[in-house]
Amino acid sequence: MILNMGPHHPSTHGVLRLLLEIDGENIVRIMPDIGYLHTGIEKTCEAKFYQQVVPLTDRIDYLCPLTNNLCYVLAVEKLLGLEIPPKAQWMRVMLNELTRINSHLIWLGTHALDIGAMTVFLYCFREREDILRLFEMVSGQRMMTSYFRIGGLALEPPLGFFERVQDFATRFPSKVDEYENLLTGNPIWGMRTKGVARITAEDAVALGASGPTLRGSGVDFDLRRDMPYSSYEKFKFRVPVSQGGDVFARYACRVAEMRESIAMVQQALDGMPEGPIKAVAPKVILPDREMMKTQMEALIYHFKIITEGFAVPAGEVYQAVESPRGEMGYYVVSDGTAKPYRVHMRSACLANLQALPTMCEGRLLADVVAAIGSIDIVLGEIDR
Amino acid sequence: MPLQPAITDLEELKNHPAVAKLLAWNPAAVEGAKFDRDEMSIYVERSSIRDVCDLLCQNTDFPFNYLADITCVDWFPSEPRFEVVYHLLSHSKKERVRLKVRLDGSSPALDSVTPVWPAANYFEREVFDLFGVRFAGHPYLRRLLMPEDWEGHPLRKDYPVEGYR
Repeated sequence: MILNMGPHHPSTHGVLRLLLEIDGENIVRIMPDIGYLHTGIEKTCEAKFYQQVVPLTDRIDYLCPLTNNLCYVLAVEKLLGLEIPPKAQWMRVMLNELTRINSHLIWLGTHALDIGAMTVFLYCFREREDILRLFEMVSGQRMMTSYFRIGGLALEPPLGFFERVQDFATRFPSKVDEYENLLTGNPIWGMRTKGVARITAEDAVALGASGPTLRGSGVDFDLRRDMPYSSYEKFKFRVPVSQGGDVFARYACRVAEMRESIAMVQQALDGMPEGPIKAVAPKVILPDREMMKTQMEALIYHFKIITEGFAVPAGEVYQAVESPRGEMGYYVVSDGTAKPYRVHMRSACLANLQALPTMCEGRLLADVVAAIGSIDIVLGEIDR
Repeated sequence: MPLQPAITDLEELKNHPAVAKLLAWNPAAVEGAKFDRDEMSIYVERSSIRDVCDLLCQNTDFPFNYLADITCVDWFPSEPRFEVVYHLLSHSKKERVRLKVRLDGSSPALDSVTPVWPAANYFEREVFDLFGVRFAGHPYLRRLLMPEDWEGHPLRKDYPVEGYR
């Protein structure tokens, strides 16, 4: 029998349609059908100036906008050959780790909700709200932050921001204990997740899986540690790896990652360097408002950047970062003009979704919901 | 870090592990190479892409075991029009390499690399969908993102940004 799951099934987190060929309760074959959220962002990017693409990157993966911002600006900065001051880099790391926690909280809440543990959802969204307030404080936006700009940050972090982050960093580890108290030792949770939707390390690599989906199968690879960007090499952290390859292993990886991330936020707070938040490149980076209103030259640059953009030397760059879901990559091609010739996003979810049939085929129908949750899909990123 | 000029001389780049491996195997398969902004690109001859991928993936000294991405760039109106771009990653050596295949605009087609990495399945379908490049030997070459009955390939440069109205 063919069963149509989605595109509006609550557990598909968006608009994923799965065609399930079933034999009684057993899955014979899964055919994912995607594209319902395709908005042509890659095409839109080609018609915008480089700096105008930053807000578009927020909308790709709406659970971790800052990670996408970072990946895109790093790619363009590499094309331009810009050197970013340390304070901006540390801020980027700190906010990226907060974004990772934010994304994992939504994942944990909804994943648990999908397989019947409703309470966790409320706990997770409580802390998520705190993180969103921090984002609002620093960028003026809760979700679509666009806070990283080509060459640095949009604004100086406001007064009192670091104290608020410190407060959160102090409180958060005990909250992770709360989630774990609800789930890790819970026998029902164990029955729904242990041994479910297994994937071997070889299969995960061959299918292009990355992030916790790959590390849950025992492959020890994390771009932050192995191919560091934006000063990640200066941070001390452990990369959690689980050997099980099942839903529980991926759960354990992500929960451990939250603990590592909050430790990195603490490191960033402790060692936050002083100094400017923007690189020195007047033709690329908008001048401060104060300078623009008092200096002729700054006004000219401001006018030119806004109206004509800035030319980027011809070339191509592939920049990948470790997003909460895996390897997020931006491939940016420049032909020497002020608009990108081609922007391609390598979506971690798209590749992880390819692993779904391997995880579920031959298993029970009810496990599909657990498997979808465990690869943490975001359809905005898959369809772009 | 000011920009360094790109190195495009194959002689200077022949010590790179991927280039060395390919030259030792079949010099005719390598059309050129470029080292720019710390990234290595190798231009591969069209008919040998599957063998090249297989060779780099199975290479025991320096395995590029992971296919990170496949995409395409349309250089309309110049010819060869399409560049299919493969991003390979080595988990053990923590190194990336980019392979590129140039294709004519008239009926762009090349071999699928799904036998080497099953991961190529969606990536190639996406390139087919948005650029109209055909992959021979792909198990299920259908549109991925656009509707089945869509006409045209939206990421081609001669396709208007607003779409056809």
